[in-house]
Formats: sequence, structure tokens, C-alpha cells
Amino acid sequence: MALAEICGFKNFDSCNNGILDTNIAKSNFNFTNNLELAVPPYSNPAHMLAQLNKDETGREIKIKFDHGTTTLGFQYQGGVVLAVDSRATGGSFIGSQTMKKIVEINDFLLGTLAGGAADCVYWDRVLAKQCRMYELRNRERISVAAASKLMANMVYNYKGMGLSMGMMLAGWDKRGPQLYYVDSEGTRTPGKVFSVGSGSVYAFGVLDSGYKWDLTDEEAYELGRRSIYHATHRDAYSGGIVRVYHMKSTGWVHIDNNDCMDLHYKYKEVKDTAENEII
Amino acid sequence: MSILSYNGSAMVAMKGKNCVAIATDKRFGIQAQTISMDFPKVFQMGPHLFIGLPGLATDTQTVMEKLRFRKNLYELKENRHITPTVFASLVSNMLYEKRFGPFFVEPVIAGLDSKTGEPFVCNMDLIGCPNAPEDFVVGGTASAQLYGMCESLWEPDLGPDDLFETISQALINAFDRDAISGWGATVYIIEKDKITTKELKTRMD
Repeated sequence: MALAEICGFKNFDSCNNGILDTNIAKSNFNFTNNLELAVPPYSNPAHMLAQLNKDETGREIKIKFDHGTTTLGFQYQGGVVLAVDSRATGGSFIGSQTMKKIVEINDFLLGTLAGGAADCVYWDRVLAKQCRMYELRNRERISVAAASKLMANMVYNYKGMGLSMGMMLAGWDKRGPQLYYVDSEGTRTPGKVFSVGSGSVYAFGVLDSGYKWDLTDEEAYELGRRSIYHATHRDAYSGGIVRVYHMKSTGWVHIDNNDCMDLHYKYKEVKDTAENEII
Repeated sequence: MSILSYNGSAMVAMKGKNCVAIATDKRFGIQAQTISMDFPKVFQMGPHLFIGLPGLATDTQTVMEKLRFRKNLYELKENRHITPTVFASLVSNMLYEKRFGPFFVEPVIAGLDSKTGEPFVCNMDLIGCPNAPEDFVVGGTASAQLYGMCESLWEPDLGPDDLFETISQALINAFDRDAISGWGATVYIIEKDKITTKELKTRMD
């Protein structure tokens, strides 16, 4: 009747022999388990991958991923503020000016992306799934500490194999507002002020000089916005739109998006009038 | 990474009807870091002659000074202004002198012939292979994007105002897709009896 029966399958639905099952698992990898990526068939893939980075003449073979970002997050009396740019570059080519670098994992958990775009998007998606599974199993939301540890452990399995990501996790759980930094080297650390990406040095310059615990909400948003703006101005690989999020006790709120061009000419006008007044 | 894309730049020149235009970005950066936003890359070499030198910034300045020296020598010897075609040969000749250790610039030349008023645009590779087409030339790190913009926007016999609009849109939209050029732009429109310089308002990220 059907092709399956011609091929000798008596009953497809209840067919449960071991050969078929292992074949499905072997040829599908992360389709059946998202944590399992295809790796070269060596006993120590990380070590062999490092050697495969050179061609026969000794030149480096390097895959160019989307890179370059500015993201920041800080805690203050009102919770956590996250601010990010939106540029995605491959080499010096600008692939997108509208990328979403803040991932809404659930109503009380936000993640930021920096580093390899595909790495970040993939592993944030997996983390979102894990967090939802935790919620269903335990009938309560996962803590930020636990979520960040899930992330750190997942990427640690691929350490040395070229994953590139630096992310911040911001959330509000039983213990209050939380901010963690996690990266593909295996670092995981809680903290008050973080900035990640190629423009982070410029962002820190503004952020550190304006940061204090007692900031009002509006002051905090403006500090995040200004820090990212100054980073996009000096760093070629950051730009586009500045997105600001606020993590409150009631969950995250998206504050606003501002085009860097509008911000530049707004700040410039204020600066120019101030300079004229002094003269 | 090529040394030609160490500092970043975008440049374009276009022919119009009895006029030419040359436009450049103003960024001077070191790889990802933007140092300055008013860096001159286009220089006037005669009453109707401009040259742009996109590429490695240190060579932009060196080549400009060497060219000005050779052009001055020519003008003193001949007692007349240099024509765009002769100037292009001079540039080409000077660059080929360094065939085995070149200056890392890709010149863009735009001008009107001082006698006939004929528009002239020309670009070169870093060792001086000249190319003088009938429409437009581009240079710098955004050259791929510029080719795309120019191929679609340029048309023959544009007047000075339309030429300004075309070249400005081509340049801005090209370098907005290049991370290491932009941060302000200058356009020069060269007509028989008038040279107009315009500063463009651009994205600063």
C-alpha cells in the first residue's frame, strides 16, 4: 500500500527497533537534543579543532562571524537597566542596523547579546527553553543565579572550540534584582556594573563617571542611553539604534528605542548652546 | 586585514553636463576607533582640478605633498595650469615608481579641462593603473557599496544641482553600510566659473 510497507515495514508507528532509533539520534544531533552540536569525530574535538585552523601552507583559515557590539547593564536603587546598540557587522560590512540584542527570555529575565551573533541567538534560545522547562517542572520561576549557571555550563562544554559570546543576564527573582555576566570562556560572575563588546571601553568611560546607586529611573535610562551613544560614536562596529530596558519588581519594561543619528544631533544642539552661553 | 582598510574611507567622483563632482567622507580612524571627524582627503590641484586620496591616511598626506611638488614643477616649467589628463598621467607615473613598495592610496581625480571645459573623472589602483570612464569612479573601503549606488542612481547629462543630489545620496547610502567610513561628508561641485563646496549632515555612528 504505502512505500514503507513495500520496503518491508510491517507497522511503522510501533516500529521500535534499536537500529532506527540510534540512526535518528546520530544523524540529527541538536534536532533531538539542542545541547548537542555536530563536532569533528576526534576523541578530543577541542584540541583537534585548534589544529584545523591552519591550511597546508600554514595560513590561518578563519571564518568571519558577525562581531562588534556595545551592551551595558547596571544595578541601582530602582532595579536593573540594560542598554544596547543594534549594529551587526561581518568584517567592515554592516549587515544590519536593526538587530535586537536584548532577548526577552521571560517576563522576569532578559539576556544581552555580544560576540558571535549566531552563537548568542542560538544559546539564548536554548536557555529560554530550559528556563521554561524549569518553570513547568517546579511551578516557580528559575532564579537568575540558576539560569546563568545553566548558560555557563552549556557553553563550557564547547570551550576551546570557537564559541564567542559575552552576555549579561538581568532578572528579578526571590532575592531581588540580579545582574550576571556570562561568557564563552566559562566566566560567570554577579556584579553591579557591566559593559560588554568592542565599544565597552567607551561606554565604561561615560557609565563609570555618571554611575551612583541613588539614580532616579529617568537618570538611569539617560545614563545608559548616553553611554551607548558615546560608544557608537567612537566605535566603528557599534551603531544603529539605542534600546533601553528596565528590570523592575513587576518584570521587565521596554523603555524606548532611539536612533543614534537623532541622539547625536540632540546632544550636539545642547552642547552648542551651552558653549555659546559661556562665551 | 589589508593595510588599505586600516583607516577607512569612501570617495566618489561623477561626470555631469559641463560639470563634475567629487565627494568624500571625513573619517580618520585606526581600525575600529574613530579618531577624527574632519580629516581632509580631497585636495585642490588647480582652478578646476581636484584629487582625492582614499586609503592609508599617512600615505594620503605624503602622496598629496609629492604630487603638489611635481605639479608645481610642471607649472613653473610650462608656465600654464596642468590639465586633468596630464595630471592623471603624472599621478600614474609617480605611483608606478613605487611598483615594488607602493603607497597605499587609490586616487580619485575629478576636473574640467581648462581649455575645452570637458568633464574628466579618473581613478587608479595603488600602483597607478589609470581608469577614466564616461560616468563615475569610486574608491576607498566602501567602494563595493558605492558601485552599487552609482550604477543605480547615475544618469547622463545631469546639471550641477541634480549631480549634487545624486552624488550625495550615492555616498551617504554607501558608507552607511560600511563600518569604517562616514562621520560627515564633503561634496565639491566643479563648474566652469564656480566651485561649490557643501558639507553633508550624516549619521555619526
